[in-house]
Amino acid sequence: MSNPASRENGVDGPITINGETVRAIDEIVKRYPVAEAALLPVLHKVQDQLGWLPVSALDWVAKRLGLPKTRVYGVTSFYTMFKRQKPGKHRIEICTNISCSLLGAEHLRDHIAKKLNIKPGETTEDGRITFDEVECLGSCGTAPVMLVDDKFYEKLTPEKVDDVLDKLNKDDLEAGGND
Amino acid sequence: MAKVTLTIDGKTVQAEEGSTVLEAASAADIDIPTLCYAKDLEPYGGCRMCIVKVEGIRGMPPSCTTRVAEGMKVTTEDDEILQARRMVLRLLMADHPSDCLSCPANLECELQALTKKLGVREHGLIHLDRQATLDESHPVFIRDMKRCILCAKCVRTCNEVVGAGAIGLINRGHRAEPAPFLGTGIKFSNCESCGECVEHCPTGALYYREPGPEPDYEVSTICPYCGTGCGLVLGVNKGKVIRAKGDPDNPINQGHLCVKGRFGSYEFVNHPDRLKTPLVRKDGELVEASWDEALDLVVQRFKESKGDKFAALASAKEPNEDNYIMQKFARAVMKTNSVDHCARLCHASTVAGLAASFGSGAMTNSIEDMEQAEVVLVTGSNTTENHPIIGNRLRHAIDKGTKLILFDPRDIPLAGKAVIWCRQRPGTDVAWINGLMHVIIEEGLADLDYVRERCEGFEAVEELVKSYTPERVSKITGVPAQDLVEAAKLYASGKPATIIYSMGITQHTTGTDNVKSLANLAMLCGNMGKPGGGVNPLRGQNNVQGACDVGGLPNVYSGYQKVTDPAARKKFEEAWHTDLPAEAGLTITEILEAAEKGEVKALYIMGENPMLSDPDVTHVEKALKATEFLVVQDIFLTETARLADVVLPAVTFAERDGTFTNTERRVQRLHQVIPPLSGCRKDWEIICDIATRMGYPMSYESESEIQDEIAELTPSYGGITYDRLDRGDQLAWPCPTKDHPGTPILHTKKFTRGKGKFFAIEYISADELPDKDFPMVLTTGRILEHFHTGTMTRKSKSLHALVPGPYVEIHPADARHYKIRDGEKVRVSSRRGSIELIAKVGRVDRGLIFIPFHFFEAAANVLTNPAVDPVAKIPEYKVCAARLEKSA
Repeated sequence: MSNPASRENGVDGPITINGETVRAIDEIVKRYPVAEAALLPVLHKVQDQLGWLPVSALDWVAKRLGLPKTRVYGVTSFYTMFKRQKPGKHRIEICTNISCSLLGAEHLRDHIAKKLNIKPGETTEDGRITFDEVECLGSCGTAPVMLVDDKFYEKLTPEKVDDVLDKLNKDDLEAGGND
Repeated sequence: MAKVTLTIDGKTVQAEEGSTVLEAASAADIDIPTLCYAKDLEPYGGCRMCIVKVEGIRGMPPSCTTRVAEGMKVTTEDDEILQARRMVLRLLMADHPSDCLSCPANLECELQALTKKLGVREHGLIHLDRQATLDESHPVFIRDMKRCILCAKCVRTCNEVVGAGAIGLINRGHRAEPAPFLGTGIKFSNCESCGECVEHCPTGALYYREPGPEPDYEVSTICPYCGTGCGLVLGVNKGKVIRAKGDPDNPINQGHLCVKGRFGSYEFVNHPDRLKTPLVRKDGELVEASWDEALDLVVQRFKESKGDKFAALASAKEPNEDNYIMQKFARAVMKTNSVDHCARLCHASTVAGLAASFGSGAMTNSIEDMEQAEVVLVTGSNTTENHPIIGNRLRHAIDKGTKLILFDPRDIPLAGKAVIWCRQRPGTDVAWINGLMHVIIEEGLADLDYVRERCEGFEAVEELVKSYTPERVSKITGVPAQDLVEAAKLYASGKPATIIYSMGITQHTTGTDNVKSLANLAMLCGNMGKPGGGVNPLRGQNNVQGACDVGGLPNVYSGYQKVTDPAARKKFEEAWHTDLPAEAGLTITEILEAAEKGEVKALYIMGENPMLSDPDVTHVEKALKATEFLVVQDIFLTETARLADVVLPAVTFAERDGTFTNTERRVQRLHQVIPPLSGCRKDWEIICDIATRMGYPMSYESESEIQDEIAELTPSYGGITYDRLDRGDQLAWPCPTKDHPGTPILHTKKFTRGKGKFFAIEYISADELPDKDFPMVLTTGRILEHFHTGTMTRKSKSLHALVPGPYVEIHPADARHYKIRDGEKVRVSSRRGSIELIAKVGRVDRGLIFIPFHFFEAAANVLTNPAVDPVAKIPEYKVCAARLEKSA
């Protein structure tokens, strides 16, 4: 059992949910007959603002919707798209479901892991890139595919992956290093 | 409810509309196997064991979530259904450990029983053991999640029944399991240790560390702790009480229990420290004596101390019968009305205040009734900790839509459930209540028709509260003005709205004022005499209501008949065949003062422990030591008994019959579970023996005979007999005649006193406010795991393991200011004394500290202020000035 205050639980100080998010959440809640039904879209809104869901965000959502904290925590632990660890500046997500897998996605996954020197689910030491293995991204016709931030890359090969990563590095350097 | 007719396995069955196929089958004695079904939980449909076939419905729906319909044709078993059920079992077995022989649930496991019943010996699949959490953090039970079958009964109980929400299902697929927030150990979560999850677990995933033997027999009785009055079923093995379960037939707790009821209710009964022989002080030491020797000495000394030289303390823990006998003894034999008990210290202001406003000083509505309220205003009651089952029912009502307004300076568990939570400064209750009334009148939300028709004295209140603007009240109470306005509007919007309060309101020098103010507020919105409305003081002890009802007070006989009323006195003189004193006697605090001055020479204390429960205990100790002859009758050698000249060993609630009157005025029957331990006697028998030896024969065949005498002399108890209670009649007083159904709601057509009386009350500050030397405000109270002076709970192994010792709650900012870390030893001092205890950071507001008063080694009442309410004489336990420092 982990320590309640450990980093692995996403303890990262107090948060501020901004007015825009609060307004969006109020709109969402209105659409559902019970607060619990709004839990998924509300969590997404909060994650959109913060980039992830620290403990204080789970607390905030539980209070806002009048749900037990355990219910909120349970839901975030069920769905992989809720980030419980502070992510890097960039997010790389590679699909390893059936079509991508048949076309070598596992090989690509290992290739990226080696290049970044982290395992899927982890963030590089400089906090720049979080790498994850995800379920189907809905583009089997162009498999294997990956998502870098909000951009889609298709029909991947190791060379193509290298290009994408190099470009990411270059862009960041030009933008003034890893802030 | 309309009935529908359906056919189950060819049998024609009638069932209530809206009920489920599973319930209809069960009522028709048709057995359908289940794993995730529980009578007290919402249908879940998770385990797929109860699948059936319904003509015209595709597939096999679970019978627990399928509602009955007219003409429905159900098949509960055929080869296909059996095959599907067997498949479910095989899938469960495929990741379940196959170590049944060493499993704690062996032979009690529902999974095991079903595999046997359906003839599944092997699962025949690839075995994949669950990689799940083994949580051994809790001192009482273990969570071994590899045995979990994901029926979610534990999660559902914790959410639906208890309302704590301490566990939820986490992760998915093979790794799914019930877990506390963030997957920590359950001990570090908001678990309330009630054990309901363990009771509901169908397998060995949740089990007690020390399960104990199977009972030889079980007896139902009533819990000896708070005023809720939960039904217990105590199990006995080899003459010892070995377990407690909730009584499913009791309408209050419906089979559920809190941590004190589950573990603390029996663990002290057979404790080796129980007193088993009388003790007499010789050469300064308490030594063992025979009953004859002890009673002869008592009789001799009592004979010398008749009249004002004698006083007695009855007991809020003892049944009605013993309290009745004690006050009869004081009045008829000792010729004094100086008999009081610790109700003085908890709800004397309720009795005084509500009697003045309404004419009756008790909870106006029933516990069940609360669930009908649209809005609940809770103040000065940490309900989920101090009346846990009422708290659970309140949380349940909130989940179903009731709105909660909370006024409490501490971050109590209910705070998270409140729509509006106001943290008033302790001792400013009159101000905020006047403030709410100001807003309600200003906004035109008052029920003026009701006020005109049913009440009197409103004009003065209307005039007075004009000056209690939200801005002014905010300055006094520290509650933001906007919150006051919102709270007022919300309370007024509740049709009906109820008020629940407890010692946070009563234990002040302005206790009576606070109570009357709440009565004003309830009348202003027309909330009295209605289901779901009312003013509801939650009584702290199992029989504090009853002890007052049967005359354990210095100014009244049973049924609140005044000792100063010649007609009442005459009635009791005739019934008791003796003359009775005409003057009201002394209250508990006055008794101790008189004892210190040497005016009270003999003091007889039954089942009370003023050495921990009374304010300024250093002073109490002086008074008790100054008492020439002190007799203490108890089950353990309490802090008070240690000072006695004679100690008489009494029985516990489990060793006797009797009645307790709970907080909602419901009289409930105690049943003897085990015979009295050797050497111990029932309290009423001891008192009767003393009276008889003193030349006033008192003898009764049984508790039932005493109840008959109470009924004869007490109009409100007139129709209450053991026969009726044993028949299952639920009787809340007033119950004047044998055919009267009892009165769950008071003041329905008119107030007991005729018209409800408004009192215009100005805010007065607490007696002792913080200053340079004592800059903090100290407030005291109880916690979930312990009770009152700890005489019983601290003898309970489980409760002791959960909270072993005293602590003080400090706000994080104050902790930083004084450089105190959580868990560090600190010294808390007041003008009256000083104690050392552990700091616990959190829960209280800034500038406030809270100390539970259960612990003799750091008695909170060394510090408290003995200043009393001028009317009710209740001390101000909730506010005094204190100083906090790091221990040297």
